[in-house]
Amino acid sequence: MTVLVLADHKDGALTQPTRSTVAAAQKLGEVHLLVAGEGAGAASAAAARLPGVAKVLTGAEAPVLAEPLAAQLVALAPGYSHLLAPASAAGRNVMPRVAALLDMQVLSDVCGVVDADTFIRPIYAGNALATVKSADAKKVMTVRATSFDPVPAEGGTATVEAAPAAADPGLSSFLGAEIVKSERPELTAARIVISGGRAMGSAENFAIIEKVADRLGAAVGASRAAVDAGYAANDMQVGQTGKIVAPELYIAVGISGAIQHLAGMKDSKVIVAINKDEEAPIFQVADYGLVADLFKAVPELEAELAK
Amino acid sequence: MKVLVPVKRVVDYNVKVRVKADGSGVETANVKMSMNPFDEIAVEEAVRLKEKGVAEEIVAVSCGPNAAQEQLRTALAMGADRGILVEHDGVLEPLAVAKLLKAIVGKEGPALVILGKQAIDDDMSATGQMLAALLGWGQGTFASRIEKEGDALKVTREVDGGLETVSVKLPAIVTADLRLNEPRYASLPNIMKARKKPIETVKPADLGVDVTPRLRVLKVEEPAKRQAGRKVGSVEELVAVLRNEAKVI
Repeated sequence: MTVLVLADHKDGALTQPTRSTVAAAQKLGEVHLLVAGEGAGAASAAAARLPGVAKVLTGAEAPVLAEPLAAQLVALAPGYSHLLAPASAAGRNVMPRVAALLDMQVLSDVCGVVDADTFIRPIYAGNALATVKSADAKKVMTVRATSFDPVPAEGGTATVEAAPAAADPGLSSFLGAEIVKSERPELTAARIVISGGRAMGSAENFAIIEKVADRLGAAVGASRAAVDAGYAANDMQVGQTGKIVAPELYIAVGISGAIQHLAGMKDSKVIVAINKDEEAPIFQVADYGLVADLFKAVPELEAELAK
Repeated sequence: MKVLVPVKRVVDYNVKVRVKADGSGVETANVKMSMNPFDEIAVEEAVRLKEKGVAEEIVAVSCGPNAAQEQLRTALAMGADRGILVEHDGVLEPLAVAKLLKAIVGKEGPALVILGKQAIDDDMSATGQMLAALLGWGQGTFASRIEKEGDALKVTREVDGGLETVSVKLPAIVTADLRLNEPRYASLPNIMKARKKPIETVKPADLGVDVTPRLRVLKVEEPAKRQAGRKVGSVEELVAVLRNEAKVI
């Protein structure tokens, strides 16, 4: 069996979720990677160095659009038993389209590989895990990165070749992107994440969290309530409908711990909760809880870390 | 233009779901059901397009049990003009729903289909993309803003790290993300009015669609529970345990 993984990449490197997806793919068979989009050339060179990857296919150096990319994956599909992508915005955009074009049911957010046909995936915001067996001839799926330890970035020597071009159906065009520039690590790859909730009270107040983040080299996240209230950007959202994270340390500040938020962070290794409400559900999952007013505790935390 | 809005009946987002003791699924009997929250955003967007004069008619569709009429009534109370229920008891996977919707699109001829980006029960986040594929239409997924520009739709999309803007030719598929809008509450007069709006019922067989599931659920279980830890008394103590006990900083 040969498995094709659609890679996400940024600044000439594969994302950590892509390396986790490769780890999942290695449980199924020989792994090939498709690297497409702006910077595909440089990222292909990085992809070829992943241990356990046999071949890298380089796609077009152009902004990625779902329709032509899906057509390209469908054209490549006959050579593969499984088509995988990280469950990122990019993967979730294109893989269901690929599955439907192949008349197959996509498997989203796979968090466990049982055998070539059987997979585990979370449902109901991660409150239940379903083991499902697919009757489709091929499997098209997105992979929950936090459930698989990423393969190392170095150690392999795969061959690199150009992916056969597929016709662009011309259904959409790329107009532009506003990607937030940040010195901080990517939320889904960070070793430490500190998130703020509705109790932050305003977008400006997130500054106190950012100071702690910079002290720890952490990424900054937010609960859906904080995003809904306009205190934080949507791409900072941690939860069922946002990003799924599993850092070594997760610090929840002023977050009550709604089911939808817990779904996005409960696999973190160590969880710290700072909340003034002693009864907040977040304390039921926290390894260390501090009952305190965040506006006092967070600046104190920054000062203490500086010591 | 005509806008089609598919809506799904799901366990209400406030309900803490319980896994059935026999591991066959989650308990849905006697549980509060609602319209999928992202579908409410989709309905709201369609209603706003109508209020702006961009859309002429809004048709709400639900694929599911007879009781999904409730969710169609909610859509009608929010401002949809009429409803279609594709009645089916039992599991409908996104591929099957996309096939049913494709058949409805064939009958109704909408220029735009707006769906929620994800249903909060199976969390598949797939139906919109699958429908776009089956129709051969363009897709603007995870939309936080849409604007009609001539015969295309300018869609601002929520992507990892920020926003992306694409132009999608009409007819098109849009899936609604959280920040697209804030759905309205239906007013009492509108709820009353919605009772008189028509709902047509069809069956998958009437549409010539085979909805046999492709996935067999072998078991459903609860994830491993996290043990609650302990409270610390001060920030100083917190930093000390993180450094010396957990060794994560």
